[in-house]
Amino acid sequence: MSSDMYQDHILEHYENPYNRMTLEHPTLELRDLNPLCGDEVRIQACLDDHGHLAQVGFEGKGCIISLAAASILMEAVEGKTLAEVKQMDRQEMLDLLGVPLTTMRVKCAMLALRTLQKAIHLYEGQQGACSPAD
Amino acid sequence: MPLASTSQTGLDVQRVRRDFPILTRTIHGRPLVYLDSGASSQRPLAVIEAVSHYEQTSHANIHRGVYVLSEEATAAYEQAHVRVGQFINADWDEVVFTRNTTEALNLVAYAWGLHTLRAGDEVVVTQMEHHSNIVPWQQIARHTGATVRYIRVDAQGHLDLEHAATLIGPRTKMVSVTHVSNVLGTVNPVRELGEMAHVHGALLCVDGAQSIPHMPIDVRALGCDFFAFSGHKMLGPTGIGGLYGKRQLLEQMEPFLYGGDMISEVTFEGARWNELPWKFEAGTPAIAQGIGLAVAVEYLQGLGMTAVQAHEHTLVQYALERLGQMRDIEVYGPAADQRGGVVSFNLSGAHPHDMASILDQHGVAIRAGHHCAMPLMHVLGINGTCRASFYVYNSVDEIDVLVEAIGEARRILQR
Repeated sequence: MSSDMYQDHILEHYENPYNRMTLEHPTLELRDLNPLCGDEVRIQACLDDHGHLAQVGFEGKGCIISLAAASILMEAVEGKTLAEVKQMDRQEMLDLLGVPLTTMRVKCAMLALRTLQKAIHLYEGQQGACSPAD
Repeated sequence: MPLASTSQTGLDVQRVRRDFPILTRTIHGRPLVYLDSGASSQRPLAVIEAVSHYEQTSHANIHRGVYVLSEEATAAYEQAHVRVGQFINADWDEVVFTRNTTEALNLVAYAWGLHTLRAGDEVVVTQMEHHSNIVPWQQIARHTGATVRYIRVDAQGHLDLEHAATLIGPRTKMVSVTHVSNVLGTVNPVRELGEMAHVHGALLCVDGAQSIPHMPIDVRALGCDFFAFSGHKMLGPTGIGGLYGKRQLLEQMEPFLYGGDMISEVTFEGARWNELPWKFEAGTPAIAQGIGLAVAVEYLQGLGMTAVQAHEHTLVQYALERLGQMRDIEVYGPAADQRGGVVSFNLSGAHPHDMASILDQHGVAIRAGHHCAMPLMHVLGINGTCRASFYVYNSVDEIDVLVEAIGEARRILQR
């Protein structure tokens, strides 16, 4: 029972993360912190011509939950559009993780998604400023 | 084999435990093992009942009421200052009730620092301070042009006193240090630091949040000018804490907050301040909590602070011994005879939050993270620690439960 939160698929993502890497020329990138514990994550992504996340990658320092969540998120968002990622909510992230989390640990689980969403907002803000006709 | 039966320390832990209703709780089906008193202690029934009794029988606003309830509430609240003053060897009117240590330290920073510090002046703190003894001084420094300097911490978790001697000099106006580190447990030589400060005409402010619950405190023997503490870490309610200040200083200082109860006369042109300690207690205070704090102090006096200290020493010694036997556990801070009831550690390769979550599943409550001491984490080169902190109701057996649960965590985290 003590491993409810640390089920095999979570530990596997932690040990063999999906796309834990640095992209050469990311279209968007953001590093963010969980102020509660100081955990950090950096998310990068490259967009294809149709505005899909063609390639995504993360780096981070943190607990099993935050890093496994980042790995699971990378898998889930690859190929999605920015709009689709922006619509992802807390429940969707928790469903992807598929383990019960205590309230405080939900914040660990949300770090990667929130960082990616912030990165998208920042990117779109810049695009809007640079090319208003877009 | 356990080092010592708890009765040898002078505390009958099983009897003490019966005074704390919350300790009968189970968490995830296991008995609660509460090892987070450094963050907030539990409360004995006597405190819970005193607060409840006051609310049920005597509550009214204090001061100026001329009816029975207000007089009773006033007397009980003032008596609480007397009780707390006795506990630390201070006069009752040198004890200002605040919400907590943080507010007490802010009181010193604003009411003393903002009006006293000038450009070029220095405030000396240490690398092991809680954020509440760093951030207020940084802010006051920004307003006044003063500088905050930090006494180094060595690899064993001691203050570097040679470095302190080079920092504390003619520019120093305040030395503000934690008595016991909330992360490392280090008991700092505050008396010596006070002597260094006083030679240069500087003041000594002691953050006593982690010391007053656990050891006898005599503010005059410590030679401090200010001593800040929280009630909820010493068996009292939340929302109440205090600041001791030398009378002469408190009298010279400007108030911290302005409003009701802190004035003696108000006209359209201005105001004159009330007597101590009320000058620093603007607005309706936490009356019930103040009364509860006095009962907590009474309870601790009943146990005897020397016995409390000896009991925690036994626990820390045993915890350090058990954790020291595990090769993949790194323990931070000094040896048992130089620390309070706090043990910070990390399991190799494991994040403190993962450890804490697994321990929670075993009913063991510890704290994990930076413990509001991010600069110290930077010095230690880590992001955080797991911290077990002990108090009067903890037993040697509970440390065995902790160690067992760490073993379970290892199986999951280092598979």
